Order: sequence, then C-alpha cells, then structure tokens
Amino acid sequence: MLGFSLRSLWNRRFVAGLTVLAIGLSVALILGVERLRDGARDSFANSASGIDLIVAPRGNSVQILMATVFGVGGTGTGMTWDSFEWMEGRPEVAWAVPIQMGDNHRGYPVIGTDASYFEHFRHSGGQPLSLAAGTFFTGDGADAAVVGAEIAARFGYAPGTVIVNAHGSGEVSFDLHDDAPFTISGVLAPTGTAVDRMVFVALEGFDTIHAQEETPLADPLDPAATPANGHGEDDAHDDHDAHEDHEDHGEYEGTEVGHGHEPDRINAVYVGLIDRTNVLGLQRAVNERPSDALSAVLPAVALAELWGITGTAESAMRLMAWAVALAGMISMVVMLSATLDTRRREFAILRSVGATPARIFGLIVTEAAILTAAGLILGLVLLTVATFVTDPILSARFGLRLGFDVFGAREPGTLFVIFCAGLLASLVPAVRVYRMTLADGLSVRL
Amino acid sequence: MRALHVQNLTFNWPGAQNVTLRIPNLSLAQGERIFLFGPSGSGKSTLLSAIAGVVDVSTGAILVADKDLGAVRGGARDRFRVDHIGMIFQVFNLIPWLSALENVLLPCTFSQRRRTRAGDDPVATARRLLEELGLSDPSLASKPANQLSVGQQQRVAAARALIGKPDLILADEPTSALDEAAKAAFVDLLTRECAEAGSALLFVSHDRSLERHFDRSVDFLELNRSAA
Repeated sequence: MLGFSLRSLWNRRFVAGLTVLAIGLSVALILGVERLRDGARDSFANSASGIDLIVAPRGNSVQILMATVFGVGGTGTGMTWDSFEWMEGRPEVAWAVPIQMGDNHRGYPVIGTDASYFEHFRHSGGQPLSLAAGTFFTGDGADAAVVGAEIAARFGYAPGTVIVNAHGSGEVSFDLHDDAPFTISGVLAPTGTAVDRMVFVALEGFDTIHAQEETPLADPLDPAATPANGHGEDDAHDDHDAHEDHEDHGEYEGTEVGHGHEPDRINAVYVGLIDRTNVLGLQRAVNERPSDALSAVLPAVALAELWGITGTAESAMRLMAWAVALAGMISMVVMLSATLDTRRREFAILRSVGATPARIFGLIVTEAAILTAAGLILGLVLLTVATFVTDPILSARFGLRLGFDVFGAREPGTLFVIFCAGLLASLVPAVRVYRMTLADGLSVRL
Repeated sequence: MRALHVQNLTFNWPGAQNVTLRIPNLSLAQGERIFLFGPSGSGKSTLLSAIAGVVDVSTGAILVADKDLGAVRGGARDRFRVDHIGMIFQVFNLIPWLSALENVLLPCTFSQRRRTRAGDDPVATARRLLEELGLSDPSLASKPANQLSVGQQQRVAAARALIGKPDLILADEPTSALDEAAKAAFVDLLTRECAEAGSALLFVSHDRSLERHFDRSVDFLELNRSAA
C-alpha cells in the first residue's frame, strides 16, 4: 500500500512536491517561531543572570529592572552609601556592585559602577563580559570608560577615544558635561544584551562630572528637584534626582571598604549571594530596612513579569505560524481533491482487481500521510539549515541562541499535532473518493 | 462446478420504470467460452456489472464458482471478485503510471488466491503471459502503461485478467478499439490463454465476426426477457 501510494505520488511529483514544500515551510515557520520565542525568553531571562537581587530605591520591580538591566528609564531617587555598605556587610552577601545612572552618551545610558561589575555580570547563559579591545577600568580610572559593542561600532570608538557625556537620558541634550571628558579604556565584546548599548564609567568619574556643577541648579519650584533627604515613593519616577543630589558630594566622609570612591548616593546595587536559598530572607530584610526606603527585586521574577507583558506579540506570532500551517494543510486537501476526478478511472480499475472502497480510502489517507511526513522532514531540514545560517547573526546581534537540536522539548508534540492535522484534512478527499468508488463501480461514465 | 450460474435475475436501475434485466437462466461450465452479442444499450454491461457484484440485483441469484454473490457483502465482495473473476474493459484498463508488468500483477497484490495460483514466481508468470500475448520485448514490460499503444494495452489487460487462473473472465467489448486484424488476433490469443488457464470466458461484443472463436454464442436479446 505504501509503495503504491509512493508510486502514485511520484506520478504527480510536481504538484506533490509543491504541496510538500508548502507543508515544510509552515512546519519550519511554526518550529522557528517557537524556537525564536524560547530563545528570546532565554536570552531575556539570562540578561540578568548571575545577579540574585537588585536593590534600588523603593519602586516598581519592573521599572527597577528596566532601568538597571536594560538601561531604560530610571529608578527612584538615590539610596544612601550607608545602605550599600550595610548590604555589602550582610553575612549572606557574596558581593555587591553599586550602580549609578542618569547620564547618557549620545542617547545611550551611562552607568557608573566599579570594576566588580565586569567580574560579576553574566549574560546569555552565564557568560562573563569580555573585552574586544583595551582594558576594564584601570586603577586610577576616574576618567576611564568602557563602552558596549554597539556603541563602539556605531561611533567608531576604540580605546583612547575621548568622549563626553550628557546629563539626563534623552538623545538630545544641551546639558553636556564637556568639562569632564572620558577616555575609553576598553570596548566590550558583543553580548546581544542591553550591555552592548551602555557606557560604563567608574563611580568616581561619574561623580566628577557632577561635582563640578554649580550648586543651585535645581528649580526651587520643582518639588522633584528638592535636594537630598526625605525622598519618598512619590518621586520615584524622577531619574535625574540621584545626580542632582551630588551637589552635597563634598560633605560626605565615609569609611573605606575597598571601593576607591564612595559617592553619597547610588541608584541601585547588584547583589550576589553566597547561598541563593537565602534570597527571600535578604529581600525581606531590605524591604524592612527602616533608614532607607528600598526595594529588593528578584531579577527572575521581574523578568517573568515583564515577559508576561510582551507575551501578546508572542501569541500573535504563534497564531500567524499556525495560520500558515493551516494554509499548507488546505493546499494538500486542494491537491488531493483536484486530482480525484482524473483518478476516478484509476480507482475503478483498482476496484476491478479487488481493491475495496475502504482500501482506496486508505490509499488517499496514506498519500496524505506521506505528504505530511515528507513536509515535516523538509520543515526540520529547512529549519536546521536556517538555524545554521542565522545563528551567528542572531547570537551576535540579539543574543538569541536557537540551538541546533533537531528536536526541542515540545517539538515532537507539535510535529505529531501537524501530522494528525494532515491525516484529518485528508479525510475530506478520502470520503469523497469512498463515495465516488461506490457510485462508479467498475465503469466510469465520464 | 459451474463457473457462472445466473437464475431468475431481475434488475432495474434505481428510479427506472422498466426492468433493465430479466434473465431466467445463464450458465457457463468450467472453462466454457461464450460469445454474448447484442446491440449497444441493451443492458449487456449492466449484466456484467451484476456478475462482477458491483450492482445489487433486485431478485434472483448469481452464482460465481458455485458461490452466491448475494450472500457476500461489501468489501468481501470486492475480494471475492478478484479471487474468482478477471475483467477486461473496452478501454482504459490500466493504471497509467504503473508499468505493464505491475499492471499485470495487480490481482496478485489484492488476492491471496490469485497469487497462489500464479505459481511460485508471479513475476515470471506475468512475463510469460505477456510474452504469450505478443509483448515479449522486455522494455515493453517495464514501460509505463500510458506509453503503450491501445492494442498493447488490451493485451496487458488480458494478461492481468488471466494471471492466477480465475474461474471466470468477463470481457466487455475489449476489441472495440482495435482494428480488424488486431481484433481477430486478440480474440484468438485470449481464447487460447483461457483454455490454458482453465478459465471460463464470457465475451461481450456487438461484432458477430468474432463468434467463430467461441464454444457457443448467445443472443442477448433472446437471453434478456425484460422487454417481454
């Protein structure tokens, strides 16, 4: 029966080939969308990997995540250096990296941090940051900057280039810190994450640009610009505040704890734990700290929350992929149905040599099964080739890793569903043939 | 055993007023060759359909190899047909995309009985049949059926009807598409092979010039009393 169906299809190989192609493309599309989705989610979930907790001035966890990990928007007004030291001193904390934000370089966010950032930050499945050229902050690096790959590529930066940052986060800014230029010390290798679009400067340098500003820069009528103490949650959205607070920078005198420079206020802290199971306890401790209104964000939880928001686009993509699969199935039904009339004679001959109508019914279903199976195989081949070709591009530019596995975890299920859909669709022409052969008997009146 | 026995058969097409067939008695002994002649449209093909078990008769009995077709239902009747009957049609006998040889072997793929009776090696039997029917060229046997001439196609159809020695061969105007010389040669070959296979042959035609090849002839108009 199988051989017979194969021969029959071979006889119509051109149309059959097109049908297989249509099914193959839809299979590749469905699996491709699924893999892209998984890859996107993984890369997304990994964009803060290695960080157990992000501590920032009290605010919405998604907003804190967006500001710190993706460099979009800002956190609430600064948290005190005291809180950072308290954090760092906790017994369950392995490391803590201070983060300052609020400046931009030609529209790209500038992050003030220290060298430990490069040591602890992980991306795309746990890979550490590496340099494409130059060095991380050197010992005295108050004016050193490390730039992400995308920035370096876009503006042609290399170690030694002198750059000037601007205040605020908008692309167009008239408030240039041109009196405090930075010299690029290193260019990061591409990560496919927001890091590619960030400029890193040492905390000390970050403060320097603000230290030279004249004191009364705040509008006395703007409550958001009120300096220093007493920031509540109500001004959590003002990302400029943290830096305007630096006007009282010179007054701060803290103890040395290994950070070469101690700003009085920072925007966030990346925290790594010795034992990750303590994360909830620490989170509670942070939230309950009386002297500073802080939020401790579990990056994984916030990322999942954020992913939930973007899930609609994802569903639309899946829907489209399945619609294409439906079109593929319909093209198969069309192909099988269109040939039925010309094959009536063939079916009559088969009946005359003993084929039952049920057997002829089975013949059509077998043909559909062959077409669908061939489509599935073609789809997998197309997808593998496409993955092979696009993987270097996707991983470099978007940090997406599709993986070369022939089967993902859910893919056998998806393939099975498509195969069943193919068989189901073939019932339409098969039932027609069944009736036709019963009515025609052995002599076809055409 | 009788290859075919038709008794008190009546048949009318659904919705038709008049009875199409009314055949009191028609019998073929084992290996007997009968020439059934009559004008077109007189119901000859309908009789063959009834014998092949494709249409259900209203009353009466059709026995093929002493088995009542009316007692065999559905798919079993298709299997019974291929076990006991070989068929040759007017035209379009072959699956166009199968080779001549594969077309000949079709009954053997659907019938265990025919396969067993085709000998130890059905393929060799098929080749021998093709050869005896004048298609000895090996390249012809492997050609797709739609590349053969009409005369060649009819001989392939004959080989297919004959393979596995069925009890009865029904031939429905198989020579109408052939020229005069080919007709006689075809009928000659067919009757000879039937004799060799021991199959009874019911040969339907309107061309009485072929009558002489058969054991006896039957006038369909006399056989069928539907008009009476």
